[in-house]
Amino acid sequence: MTASVTELTVTAEDRRVAWLAAAAVGLSLVDAAIPSPLPGIKPGLANIVTLVVLVRYGWATAAWVTGLRVLAASLLLGYFLAPGFFLSLTGSVLSLAVLGLARHLPARWFGPVSLSILAAFAHIGGQLLLARLWLIPHDGVFALTPLFATAALVFGTLNGLIAAKLIAENPVESPA
Amino acid sequence: MRWLALVRPGDWLVFAAGVTAVAASLPLLLQGGYPERAIVRQEGRIFAEIDLRSRREVEVPGPLGVTRIAVEPGRARVVSDPGPRQYCVRQGWLARPGEIAICAPNRVSIQITGRTRAYDSLSY
Repeated sequence: MTASVTELTVTAEDRRVAWLAAAAVGLSLVDAAIPSPLPGIKPGLANIVTLVVLVRYGWATAAWVTGLRVLAASLLLGYFLAPGFFLSLTGSVLSLAVLGLARHLPARWFGPVSLSILAAFAHIGGQLLLARLWLIPHDGVFALTPLFATAALVFGTLNGLIAAKLIAENPVESPA
Repeated sequence: MRWLALVRPGDWLVFAAGVTAVAASLPLLLQGGYPERAIVRQEGRIFAEIDLRSRREVEVPGPLGVTRIAVEPGRARVVSDPGPRQYCVRQGWLARPGEIAICAPNRVSIQITGRTRAYDSLSY
C-alpha cells in the first residue's frame, strides 16, 4: 500500500471531540424533531453536551464540540448558510463567550445550572440581535423577547439540571 | 439522586436573575407603543385621522356605498361595509399599532398607529 503523502495524526483529544460532537449532533436532530410553537423556541438539548464538556474538558474542547455540532447539524438538517445557520452560529458564539467568563465563577456556589441559564440567555440575546440587525430590521422583533426569555429560562434550567446530573453521576474521569 | 441536590446556592441567584430578566422584558410585548390614532383611508388617500382617546363614528363614502367606522378609546373597528364578503367587519376591534382592516371592495381601510410608525410586510 502506498504511504499517504499527508499523514494525519489523530490524537486522543481529536477522537474525544469527534465522539462528543457526534453526541451533540444527535441531540440537535432530536431537537429539530420536537414540534415548536414558534421558530427559535426549542429545548437546545445539544447544549447539555456543551456544558458537560465545558466542566469536564475545559473551554477549548467545548468550543470545538459546539462549532462542529453547529456545522454538522446544519448540513444534516439542510440549513447550512441559510439564515437559521447564522442565527445558530451567533447564539453559540455568544453563549460560548459567556460560558468562558462564567466558568470562572466559584464552583462551590455556581454549578452547571447557572452556566446553563447564563448561556441560554446569551444564546437568545445573540439571536435576537442578529435578527434585528440583519433579518428583520425593525424593533418589532423585540416584541418576542418575553417569549424567548421565558424559553431560555425554562430550558436553560432543565438542561443545566440534566448536565449537572450527568456530571454528578459520572464523577471519575480517567485522563485520556 | 434528587434533583434539588444538584442546585448550588448561586444557581438560585442566577435563576432569580433570569426570572427578573423575563419580568423586565414583559413590557416589550406592548412593542410599537400604545395605540394613538386610527387612520381612515379611502382610495389610498387619508380620509380622517382620529385620536384614539375620542369616541366617534365616521361614515366613509366609497364606490359601493357607505362604510361605517367606530372609534372608541383605545380601539377602532368597521361597523358595517357594503362589500360582499365582510372581511373587514369580521376582523372586529383593532387595538394594536400596525393593525389594519381593509374593506377592499369599497376601497376603505383603517389602520391603528402608535407613536412610532410601524412597518409591515406590505412595505417590502
